[in-house]
Amino acid sequence: MDVTIFMQQMVNGFSLGSMYALIAIGYTMVYGVLRLINFAHGDIMMVGGFLGYFGIAILELPFGAAVILAIVGSALLGMASDRIAYRPLRSAPKISLLITAIGVSFFLENAFNVFFGGVPRAFPVPAYLEVVVDFMGLTMPVSAILVPIITACLLAMILWVLYKTKYGMAIRALAFDVGTVNLMGIDANRIITLVFGMGSALAAVGGIFWAVNYPSVEPMMGVLVGLKAFAAAVVGGIGSVGGAVLGGLIIGFTEVVVIAFLPELGGYKDAFAFIFLILILLFKPTGILGIDFEKSRF
Amino acid sequence: MGITVSKNQWMNVAMVAFAMCFIVFSSNYFDEYSVRILNNIAIFIILAVSYNLINGVTGQFSLEPNGFVAIGAYVTALLLVSPEAKQYQYAIVDPYPFVMTLHANFVVALLLSGIFAALLALALAAPVFRVRGDYLAIVTLGFGFIIKILAINNPEITNGSLGLNDIPEFSNLYWTGGIAIIAVIVILNIVNSKFGRAMKAVRDDEDAATAMGVNTFKAKTLAFCTSAFFEGVGGGLLAALLTSISPDLFDFFFTFQLLIIIVLGGLGSTTGAIIGTVLVIGGSEWMRFLDEPMHLFGYTTTAMPGMRMVVFSLILIFIMLFAREGIMGKRELKDFFTSRKKGEK
Repeated sequence: MDVTIFMQQMVNGFSLGSMYALIAIGYTMVYGVLRLINFAHGDIMMVGGFLGYFGIAILELPFGAAVILAIVGSALLGMASDRIAYRPLRSAPKISLLITAIGVSFFLENAFNVFFGGVPRAFPVPAYLEVVVDFMGLTMPVSAILVPIITACLLAMILWVLYKTKYGMAIRALAFDVGTVNLMGIDANRIITLVFGMGSALAAVGGIFWAVNYPSVEPMMGVLVGLKAFAAAVVGGIGSVGGAVLGGLIIGFTEVVVIAFLPELGGYKDAFAFIFLILILLFKPTGILGIDFEKSRF
Repeated sequence: MGITVSKNQWMNVAMVAFAMCFIVFSSNYFDEYSVRILNNIAIFIILAVSYNLINGVTGQFSLEPNGFVAIGAYVTALLLVSPEAKQYQYAIVDPYPFVMTLHANFVVALLLSGIFAALLALALAAPVFRVRGDYLAIVTLGFGFIIKILAINNPEITNGSLGLNDIPEFSNLYWTGGIAIIAVIVILNIVNSKFGRAMKAVRDDEDAATAMGVNTFKAKTLAFCTSAFFEGVGGGLLAALLTSISPDLFDFFFTFQLLIIIVLGGLGSTTGAIIGTVLVIGGSEWMRFLDEPMHLFGYTTTAMPGMRMVVFSLILIFIMLFAREGIMGKRELKDFFTSRKKGEK
């Protein structure tokens, strides 16, 4: 085994895992406060990628501005989806909420498909992200280095919000007990909107990373990524932000490493996340770092 | 009590007789296009009533039909395609020798399709029902993807993304309609049995059901396996109707269609599932105009393939927000005749 190749794959795995992690954080936060698998989360990531594409290719914004457009746009979309589709169902049976989430997801996919076409569009990656750097024999584009760094920064930010601010305290309280939070004079709906905004903003960043890495965007790009990210959130322990990151990294690494060293399994790479998911449900349903929601709730 | 029961039985017999007459009449006098749609409706009735058993009656939200339908379709296709046809179809790699020897008649093929799907459901139930709630949705969704990935990556058996062609067209209205009647009768019998009451108890309050001594794991597993069985059979019928199948046929859209059917009809109502099937399958034929160029006030819009899907997803969201009960709620047809009370809960 060549050490350089091994290290190279590690870097790739870290980069891919960071992307899953960013998206998984959104799943885990929404699940934490609403106990809802937000099926539309992967599609919000897709919208983020598309907004970045529109910003650069149509509005001719610089890359940074396009990223901000994508983040703000996706956050607004996430909050709107909560306001329109999920909030009226707060007291409804959970199955209604799940079905609505699937409806929102299918709507986003198909609306983008109808209006912008299903053919992948080349994403205009700025040249400075494509520069290949040579570091101790490892070659990688700048973007592959930036992804984990930015993910780490965003993770620190999220953790800061969650554990050092009043809003964070409210979010954690909401995850613990919705009824009591309302009694304490906290507007639960506002906090839930905030959670959707934060999660969707992170998904947009993930979407931009994705678009830069596989330089293209298409309406269905969020489906599989979203599912894998959810699997990552469950593997790490749903409801825990650290767990989401851990799960994302595990699944990203597995995909990259298995393909690198067992190429004949390449066709199955999309199945690993689900195999992990089933194994973790069998042996430790709360996930690696998980909180036992079932018990805390009932 | 005794009177209502026999009245019920008479009604059931009358309805089955009516359905049979309709099948005989339509397969003799309807044109080919209508028969094709009716075939589709019959197959989707099988799928919808069985999907409703796990989603509506038991309240366990799952997204698996495309996976089990794919299994059923492939099992039936492999058993029905003649060895000569297999010989020239496998273009990517040579099939395993055992694939060439597989052969069975239609009934055996359909039964095996169902049994295969049910066994897989049994294997999935163990990890999934250990945890409560929504994990089932995501695991079953992933399961559908895995089935598709397996079908693409095992060309020695499935002929990969090319799929299987020249499946003998055994399905006709007698088969699809007949099996649809059987499926509805079997599922209604389960719903009205001891097991059905356990399933409804799980849906309404799992804690209370457990406290009352209901084996919730068993109830959920039974519902899941039964619905998988009929989905497998339905997949087999579908394969023998379409005469060619490929992995792309069984993507998530398939499940989405069934979901909208049972939600529109009313989650938990078998009658509703049947009504929903007629509306959605018939309606999606009718809505074909949405995908084509439109002429409005002298303007011609460009063709928008997929517009139907946008409309369907909006309908789904709309029903959930404003008419969560769907058309039938949890009621069955008989509830309208046998009692004045507002259906059983």
